[in-house]
Amino acid sequence: MTVAPTNADLAVGKQPAQAPGKKSGFNLNLKQSGIYIAFAAIIVLFTILTDGDLLAPQNISNIIVQNSYVLILAIGMILIIIAGHIDLSVGSVVGATGAFAAVLMVQHDVAWPIALVLTLLFGALIGAWQGFWVAYFGIPAFIVTLAGMLLFRAVTYKILGNQGIGPFPDPVRNLANGFTDGFLGNIGLGNALGGADLFSIIVGLLVVVAIVFTQWRARAGRVAYNQVVDPLWLFIVKAVIPAVLVMFVIVQLARYRNMPWVLILLAVLVVGYTLVTNRAVFGRQIYAIGGNLQAATLSGVKVKSVLFWLFVNMGVLSALAGLIFAGRLNQANPTAGNSFELDAIAAAFIGGAAVQGGVGKVVGAITGGLIMGVINNGMILIGAASETVMLVKGAVLLAAVAFDIWSKRRTAAGR
Amino acid sequence: MTDTILRMSGITKTFPGVKALQDVNLEVRRGEILSICGENGAGKSTLMKVLSGVYPTGTYDGSIEYDGETCQFSGIRDSEHKGIVIIHQELALAGNLSIAENIFLGNEQAKGGWIDWNKTNAAADELLRRVGLAESAVTPVINLGVGKQQLVEIAKALSKDVKLLILDEPTAALNDDDSAHLLGLLSGLRDEGITCVIISHKLNEVMSISDRVTILRDGKTIWTEETAKLTEDKIISGMVGRDLEHRYPEHDSTIGDEVLRIEDWTVFSPTQPDRALVNKANLTLRRGEIVGLAGLMGAGRTELAMSVFGRSYGVNISGRLVKDGKEIQARSVQEAIKHGLAYATEDRKRYGLNLIEDIKRNISAAALGKLAKRGWVDGNEEHKVADEFRASMNIKAPTVEAVVGKLSGGNQQKVVLSKWIFTNPDVLILDEPTRGIDVGAKYEIYTIINRLADEGKAVLVISSELPELLGICDRIYTLSAGRITGEVARAEATQESLMTLMTKEEQEVAP
Repeated sequence: MTVAPTNADLAVGKQPAQAPGKKSGFNLNLKQSGIYIAFAAIIVLFTILTDGDLLAPQNISNIIVQNSYVLILAIGMILIIIAGHIDLSVGSVVGATGAFAAVLMVQHDVAWPIALVLTLLFGALIGAWQGFWVAYFGIPAFIVTLAGMLLFRAVTYKILGNQGIGPFPDPVRNLANGFTDGFLGNIGLGNALGGADLFSIIVGLLVVVAIVFTQWRARAGRVAYNQVVDPLWLFIVKAVIPAVLVMFVIVQLARYRNMPWVLILLAVLVVGYTLVTNRAVFGRQIYAIGGNLQAATLSGVKVKSVLFWLFVNMGVLSALAGLIFAGRLNQANPTAGNSFELDAIAAAFIGGAAVQGGVGKVVGAITGGLIMGVINNGMILIGAASETVMLVKGAVLLAAVAFDIWSKRRTAAGR
Repeated sequence: MTDTILRMSGITKTFPGVKALQDVNLEVRRGEILSICGENGAGKSTLMKVLSGVYPTGTYDGSIEYDGETCQFSGIRDSEHKGIVIIHQELALAGNLSIAENIFLGNEQAKGGWIDWNKTNAAADELLRRVGLAESAVTPVINLGVGKQQLVEIAKALSKDVKLLILDEPTAALNDDDSAHLLGLLSGLRDEGITCVIISHKLNEVMSISDRVTILRDGKTIWTEETAKLTEDKIISGMVGRDLEHRYPEHDSTIGDEVLRIEDWTVFSPTQPDRALVNKANLTLRRGEIVGLAGLMGAGRTELAMSVFGRSYGVNISGRLVKDGKEIQARSVQEAIKHGLAYATEDRKRYGLNLIEDIKRNISAAALGKLAKRGWVDGNEEHKVADEFRASMNIKAPTVEAVVGKLSGGNQQKVVLSKWIFTNPDVLILDEPTRGIDVGAKYEIYTIINRLADEGKAVLVISSELPELLGICDRIYTLSAGRITGEVARAEATQESLMTLMTKEEQEVAP
């Protein structure tokens, strides 16, 4: 099982291709693709250190399930960071919403779909509370959410009365921990790989087709509008790399227990939020606000409303993460979500967000979260102590932001 | 026998693309008050920054001889050490600290690293007595009005044993009483032997207080004369007496109906709510007409424009906006854009552009809705629109995906203009549209302004450069201390007549 070179190809193939000989372009692209190169390098490193255990079917599945809630939080967090703000309260909101869901489902026997919707609404309400103070009252988000961190942890304790509540209904546990059924049975993949779930593989193939199709359509659109496009060979490379990656992960998952439901949820969220950030007016206004607040205001962007809804969105995503975390433990816990905000913020900054705002991508935040997840997982596999893991994660965060600032300074100096 | 305290000779200071100072000579006599007069951008502040070491030695050519020795200041500390203190127009006080703390900021009265508060406050009280400020030394500066803050700055200068005091527009933000007190104080300091250099736009003050006047224009010293031999008119002609050396594109305006009428527009300062920045201003703009708004620094030009544009500046705004004969409300930028107003800011880097984004996203920023269906932006259409602007406005960049922060000033300005033209406005307010851009690009901007007028839009151009207004405008309003002091057709306007109106004091305004 030598998949590591694929990832290395990603790095090698991408970088020179995006730098068509121009110096400024090279700097910019080094910054953008640096995160993926780093991700590939980390995977290669831990694949070697763990004798390939890192990429074993069960371990890939574990990495996805164990990091799903932080990745969901990272999606909301990157949007807030792009707008130039921060949210320190998400960990406590995860705890509070999980507790809220547990009380509804376990103690009051509310049907799980209704309880789920109510929990998301509860998250939205929390977000609206914080959004009000940040956007309309003008208190820095750092302070508002620091207060929220305490407030909503207190709410969690109040709701739970200082004890865990469980167990959760099966559908909720399934969302957090479960896998798709083998609807179509197994298919043999030869002696080396053994049997795999046919349904998962078909889904994987459909995703690959969708990736290639949308990229092709985007390219065709640009051609029709007489815009510059990548040369064909580069286009193919750029389409083939994600396709190969997706198929590799899917095949590995199909050989184990099929696709985790959270993976499907995450995929939907990533696609949805990527579209919002790239193409929606709302998403574009987030970048405008983070890039230059005054210019955005003087261009007629409703800054307050955008900020408010960003925090509402963060609340809903926190509630979703809260549900999944509680479902995974099968219990709502008073300490649930402790320090998740730090993981989410770290994911966003490792994923290329700028401290000043205006820059960042959803895919970047997911990659940042996965980098942390892989380091965590890989170091545990090689038997590192938890303080060593912490030490490495801290160093990676610092290095990522230092790289960001260094590359920016270099670009500025080259002007 | 006159004794020269300062002689600056052959000072030349170049910024990328601009010669800010060209062979400037300045001589200041010991114990006099010298006024430096000149238009905005004449180089006065640059000259003072050279003197005080803000621009360290080596970044300019020429020599500074102070108190009999040649000086090479590498920073503001060096010049202060010699007794040269500059007080800038924007006061540099820490609001939450007390008067005494501000006076001795960076010069703390300490022993072994520990501040001696008794000594500090006693010394501050003594200095406050000298400048005639009846406040306790422990009062936080934030509780003082601007006039008193100005006095604190002077007390601070005195604490540094000042010999040469430079004041940049000291009375620009003061009311009459505070101005009178300040000017009286400066005369008193002169009698104590302190030399003063004052940069001022207020010619009546210049005439009343200074011993001599030096005129600066286009980065050159024009002349220096005893005030006794001068008149205000003579100073004005010195300040503006320049030939129309830049050329302007020929243009005949076809003027149509009135588009926008601004009536009794009054705006108060957000920091000093009792001070009117704009006072009962009335303006009319007509289709196809290019109207100029002239005024010196602090006259309220930008405040007027920004308050009209969706109340983006100022408090307690009153007055009426009449668009196409109907009164409109423009309480937010969104409403202003909806009513067909556009405002291109004087400070494009801070207020106009998202410098880390590309050209197309900056052009679409104010009218993203036009490119979107149900909240989703059509990226290809956006690219096409931006490409059309790149061609029609001659924005020099390889593609519209070039980052705006890397463009030259002229091209950035074209991006700002494109952004506002894309909102399809009826009225464009252009605040200093050619500030900081080179001559060639200026010509292009003028051509664009003419084109906009030909398309039937009303254009209001705010500019500090009078020749520019005379070169491109059909009609020019003058603004002084928040009031419209004149309205002149281009044919009748001269730089001198405009400058006279721009320096007119409040009480002289005809009712």
